[in-house]
Amino acid sequence: MSRHTVNVTVNGEVVSEEVEARMLLVHFIREVLDLTGTHIGCDTSNCGACTVLLNGRAVKSCTIFAAQVDGGTIETIEALAVDGKLHPLQEGFWEKHGLQCGYCTPGMIMSAKHLLDKNPNPTEEEIRWGISGNLCRCTGYNKIVEAIQYAAEKIEQGDSAEEVSA
Amino acid sequence: MTQLDDRIEPHSPLPEGVSAQVETTHDVRVTTPAKICGVGHAMKRKEDPRFIQGKGRYIDDIKLPGMLYMDIVRSPYAHAKIKKIDASEALAMDGVVAVITGEDLKAAGDLHWMPTLMSDTQMVLPIEKVVYYAQEICVVVATERYIAADAIEKVVVDYEPLEVVIDPHLAMEDKVIVRDDKEKKTNHIWHWEAGDKEATDKVFAEAAHVVEQSMHIPRIHVVSIETCGMVANYNKATEHMQMYMTSQAPHAHRTIFAMVSGLPEHKIQIISPDIGGGFGGKVPIYPGYVCCVVASLTLGKPVKWIEDRSENLQADSFARDYHIEAEMAADHDGKITGLRVKTLADCGAADAAANPSKFPAGMYSICTGSYDMKAAHIAVDGVYTNKPPGGVAYRCSFRVTEAVHMVERLTDIMAHKLGEDPADFRLKNFIRPDQFPYKSPTGWDYDSGNYQAALEKAMELIDYPSLRKEQAEKRKRGELMGIGISSFTEVVGAGPSRDFDILGLKMFDSAEIRIHPTGKAMARFGTKSQGQGHETTYAQIIAEELGLPAEDIQIEEGDTDTAPYGLGTYASRSTPTAGAAGVMAARKIKAKAKKIAAHLLEVGEDDLEWNVDKFQVKGSPDQAKTIQEIAFAAYTNHPPGMQAGLEATDYYDPPNLTFPFGSYICVVDIDSGTGEVHVRRFVAVDDCGNIINPLIVEGQIQGGLTQGLAPALFEEIVYDENGQNLTGTLADYLVPTAVETPKWELGRTITPSPHHPLGAKGVGESATVGAPPAIVNAVVDAMWHLGVRHVEIPMTPQRIWALLREHGVAD
Repeated sequence: MSRHTVNVTVNGEVVSEEVEARMLLVHFIREVLDLTGTHIGCDTSNCGACTVLLNGRAVKSCTIFAAQVDGGTIETIEALAVDGKLHPLQEGFWEKHGLQCGYCTPGMIMSAKHLLDKNPNPTEEEIRWGISGNLCRCTGYNKIVEAIQYAAEKIEQGDSAEEVSA
Repeated sequence: MTQLDDRIEPHSPLPEGVSAQVETTHDVRVTTPAKICGVGHAMKRKEDPRFIQGKGRYIDDIKLPGMLYMDIVRSPYAHAKIKKIDASEALAMDGVVAVITGEDLKAAGDLHWMPTLMSDTQMVLPIEKVVYYAQEICVVVATERYIAADAIEKVVVDYEPLEVVIDPHLAMEDKVIVRDDKEKKTNHIWHWEAGDKEATDKVFAEAAHVVEQSMHIPRIHVVSIETCGMVANYNKATEHMQMYMTSQAPHAHRTIFAMVSGLPEHKIQIISPDIGGGFGGKVPIYPGYVCCVVASLTLGKPVKWIEDRSENLQADSFARDYHIEAEMAADHDGKITGLRVKTLADCGAADAAANPSKFPAGMYSICTGSYDMKAAHIAVDGVYTNKPPGGVAYRCSFRVTEAVHMVERLTDIMAHKLGEDPADFRLKNFIRPDQFPYKSPTGWDYDSGNYQAALEKAMELIDYPSLRKEQAEKRKRGELMGIGISSFTEVVGAGPSRDFDILGLKMFDSAEIRIHPTGKAMARFGTKSQGQGHETTYAQIIAEELGLPAEDIQIEEGDTDTAPYGLGTYASRSTPTAGAAGVMAARKIKAKAKKIAAHLLEVGEDDLEWNVDKFQVKGSPDQAKTIQEIAFAAYTNHPPGMQAGLEATDYYDPPNLTFPFGSYICVVDIDSGTGEVHVRRFVAVDDCGNIINPLIVEGQIQGGLTQGLAPALFEEIVYDENGQNLTGTLADYLVPTAVETPKWELGRTITPSPHHPLGAKGVGESATVGAPPAIVNAVVDAMWHLGVRHVEIPMTPQRIWALLREHGVAD
């Protein structure tokens, strides 16, 4: 099995590792980098528990080889809170009870981040479609939708507040 | 010497007739201020910060030095003789450490068989033959996960396929014997009856109306998003076996491991870390766990086994799979008089359900539901087939879902047949509030209920009369709209030790509370949260009792070395059992705290009264000692003759089960072109007694509703005629996403349990139990005028479209 050097920026840090050609990105993140917030829930790209952002886009990291992200930028759940301050999505999930067992939560939050980055004011239907690649078995999704709505509002308020102060 | 009384105290049921005094209300009771956050506060969950930051610690996050990885070779046949297993090529691979077969387990002390939770037997690894598709054949242990996965491909197994029996009705003919290891060469496992047959037959002979319906509650899978797994870590020097395990019942599992393996129980530690969803699927002990333990024992190194999703879907325990034939009788006034049920329970290749010992069909005999009737009789037969063993819950208390589905369908069919509105028909037939405590015809003692209030509330929330008008108008235009009701009664909180045990272990549960000198507390429980929010609700329970802020109470579960013995979390039992133990332990602490306060204030105990978080002198509230001051004194200034410290433990044996209930109303529109069912509205009124955390209760109900929607419309494990699983990935087994899930509309009534110390009943599974028949009743209601009387689940577009076509509607 051929080996490849992967140079990648993960959560703002430049990482250089040699990996087997077949190593999945999710295993690279979890096993090599020890970032265990990204989870595995299936082997057919259905559940979305392994969702991370690759170059700003939500991807299922079980469906990409680590070698393919050479030169890229990856963001995982661990990078969301900055200086101990929760991201509005994390706040929303906590505030609105958008999680129960917590296993799907990191992937769900990363998908939601991609959605809000693209579309800061999504309708309820757009939110539902935006997270339709992520399965949750505990919550029944309604509170996840509320959590994302909470975050969207919070981000909008934050943005406008910044504009005012600027 | 004053000592904390830790002797066994019987928790006796309240006197008869007490339920009639239980009042139904709508508002959640709150007695503590927000800073304490006792019972009734919608407190944000204490466990969430780690989960939302990716800092949960699940089984696959456990990494130990020198850890090896295990993978499993599985059978491509549902029934076949094993002629030879050749692992030589796998063993020759770089990085492969060991291959373990059934012969190896046999040599290690007959570990190739194990007991199931129903006292049946199940192969860990087979020697003679395999009995289901994807059955574990042997395991490979390697230095890396990928090498183990490569190596299982190199194990060559020579099979001789045998004839397969998949249909449980055919299995009853005994032409193909699944378990020829048994003395009796039959697939029939057990026959179980409940109720009074003679009285029931008499009721049916005298009935003015009888309806009958057969139905299949298909085999489904819990699909917790985290699969099962283990890290077994045996230390040959200390002979200590540490197992990290996805376990809903770590203490019971420790005892079973000890009894089966011969390892002394004090040398076994099970740690159930954060669990990514359970729903019953993490109650059984699967062969993979046993092999992982044996691998670590043999090699003296940590061994990790993590199932992949296909293995999880294809080999782990299923739920449901009941083939039901039911009849309901009514008199001239349209009053239900009796229920007669025969059921065939497809157990797969072993009876590996997780029911209490006395109840091979679980609490299926609760099937008279919310209706008062004279007599009922239920007969159930368990049968082996060439399918994976199981019979776990899928978010349901021991077969209640099957019972509720059946009685709610029959009730609806009877109402329609008599030309009565299904809501009016239910209101007429409900057990009345003044009949509680109610003895059901099959022997259950319902603790409290007010079924009328719940249904009336649901009808009000959804504006039932307007919906019926709308339906009549749409029907004129040929549009298919249906309204379905389900008024379910749950039975949870197992259970009283006189009736409930698993493999002899009585189904009590436990709590241990330690108050530290600085007024902070640690409490440990015998249960194990898998997302239910125990770290929050248990803290609120203790906060309510002791006045300590819930924030100051750390809750721990899942480590058998530290937590008190308990039977675990499933069947909505945590609040009714361990939650109650928490209350009782807190009350023991409070009793001691009172003595300390009396000592500090130099008054008699009788002069003191409790006020939220302190003992104060009656008539002189300025003279008081807070619980924090008392805690400090318990370690620094305890009364002479009294032991220091402030701790207590309670093992709670509930006097009865609890009986949550609710009424759900569902509105569907059916696309006659495609057969697609659209759930337009769904109102759920739940009554789970007193509510500890309304936010968590809402979350439990919404999640439960979605797991009720799933089997009603989407989910089923399907086998072909060779016993191959056709739904072995999440691309084939359809779990609903946010898009298919409707916006749930919740309402509540509150009818406390008269025997639970907080009046709580449990809520985790009610919605999964109650929702499916509401959806089916709505779909049938939409098509009743066409002549449709029943629809099997899952109600897929194909199935509905075929029915519509059969009745001349679909294009």
